[in-house]
Amino acid sequence: MTALLEASDLRRHFGGVAAVDGCSLAVEEGTITALIGPNGSGKTTVFNLITGYLSADSGTVRFLGKTLRRPDPTALFRGGLSRTFQQARVFAALTLVENLVVAIQQPRRGLFRAATSQADRARAVEVLDEFGLAHLADRRAGELSFGQRKLLEFATVLMGRPRIVLLDEPTSGVNPVMVETMERHIRELHAQGMTFFVVEHDMHMVMRLCNPVIVLDHGAKIMEGAPGIVQRDPAVLDAYLGA
Amino acid sequence: MRTLGAGGLARGLGFTACLLAFPFLFPEHWVVNIGIFTVMYMVLATSWNILGGFAGYLSLGHAAFFGLGAYAEAIAFEHIGIGSGYRPFAVLPLIGIGVAVLAVPIAWVALRVRAATFAIVTISLLFIVQQLAFNLHSLTNGAQGLSMPIPPFSVSTYELPFYLAMVGVWAAAVLASWYVATGKIGLMLFAIRDDEERARGVGVRVTFAKMVAFVLSAGLAGMAGGIFAYYEGFIYPQFAIDPLVTIGAVLMAFLGGRGTIWGPTLGALILVPTQQYLAFSQGASQLYLIAYAAVFLTIMLIMPRGIIPSVADFVVARRPKNGAPRSGEPATPVTGVPS
Repeated sequence: MTALLEASDLRRHFGGVAAVDGCSLAVEEGTITALIGPNGSGKTTVFNLITGYLSADSGTVRFLGKTLRRPDPTALFRGGLSRTFQQARVFAALTLVENLVVAIQQPRRGLFRAATSQADRARAVEVLDEFGLAHLADRRAGELSFGQRKLLEFATVLMGRPRIVLLDEPTSGVNPVMVETMERHIRELHAQGMTFFVVEHDMHMVMRLCNPVIVLDHGAKIMEGAPGIVQRDPAVLDAYLGA
Repeated sequence: MRTLGAGGLARGLGFTACLLAFPFLFPEHWVVNIGIFTVMYMVLATSWNILGGFAGYLSLGHAAFFGLGAYAEAIAFEHIGIGSGYRPFAVLPLIGIGVAVLAVPIAWVALRVRAATFAIVTISLLFIVQQLAFNLHSLTNGAQGLSMPIPPFSVSTYELPFYLAMVGVWAAAVLASWYVATGKIGLMLFAIRDDEERARGVGVRVTFAKMVAFVLSAGLAGMAGGIFAYYEGFIYPQFAIDPLVTIGAVLMAFLGGRGTIWGPTLGALILVPTQQYLAFSQGASQLYLIAYAAVFLTIMLIMPRGIIPSVADFVVARRPKNGAPRSGEPATPVTGVPS
């Protein structure tokens, strides 16, 4: 296997606080890699640095073997790297269909065509149907529940036909049925060849879904391995339990 | 393929027919004069709305492009000698394109910031353009201003060509708004208005979409400025590049419904004649400004989202539940475009 996504020696300070402190990691193609760690360990910041939502003080990101000096979210999305957020970010004033259609890539001259073509709509409704949201296709995203927003956000990033999806706490704040739905979708898409890099607090889900698991503490990687090994590692237990 | 519903088409054509018939039904000079300024603000508010309403970028420098258009028209007469009569109208498309081209580098710089910073950058731009008009003396004649030729139009219908030209630019602005709002570019602008950072993250060509909105908005305002200069016959910096023109256009867009196609037109239709009537009835006491503000604030208190979105909400809320939108259904169509 080859590393689809790599981060080397990433550093980011907020004032005097080192949120990410020399973090290096790699996500192999075809895996569901987890990034775990106690609260404040820098997981989301690492995601933000990799995806260009924050600029790193130093360090490099490599995607598809290419070094990105300043990762750009738009270019990454077009290149096959998408992400979701801990607090689902959807376009509240747009319908569900429009949320998905806006993520379909267009050449510049296509930008002056009608907002939603028949083909775009059909594809969007098909994806919404997979997530059980087709009956809400023409409702505003702002009317959805938190869990439904998470599903919509996940569905939206799939419109870019990504090779890798970074999921930031996909199940936080959602009910158990929704967790099951989310997990099923991750498994199905993974079976189709999609790579996932997941920040997650639900350890049961991490243990049954992810391999390998990367553990972060104080902004740096402290352990990486199979879930069973990570679970018993003294350094990990120490980070989590403060034992 | 864009589709325009029969109702929307009928409303559009009916309203345009009313606008065209207006100076023939009410040919008094002072009435048509108010008509010209009303349609001028309809253009300004509609064009401002393409960027401020659709993309959520609240520009306070719109009058800079209006002023650039006015000066372009006056300079074309003074330095190029385009002549009088209908010829100054013929160059309006060129003026629109010229102002739009000038707006490209401005947009490239200004659109790097958002929200309050963008508003400050754009109002600074307005004063920069005003200062340029003062200081580029050989081109603009500085504070003394530039004169336009007196058109050889019949005295009895003197205002009519200006009015009809302004209606033409207004129609272009509404069509441009509709074309943008119902296109992919519009969807991108609405996404940017909701969450620009997220829009970037799902591959939206954010910079390109904002540039298109900015440039289109500027070009349309420039054309209105060209007609204004010719109609007034004389322009000078404070008059052609006036912050109050921007403020007026923004107020009108907010009043009618920001982000809708017809809202800015409706806002101008209410506010400009109201302002003129109050100025006339209150005389030179300046009390009319207080009355003008009271009208605006009263409507905004009752309908804080603007008239069109608020009325649409009200209509949907009263609609029978069977068959159509459910309770809580978005009243205003998502794109903010009235059907």
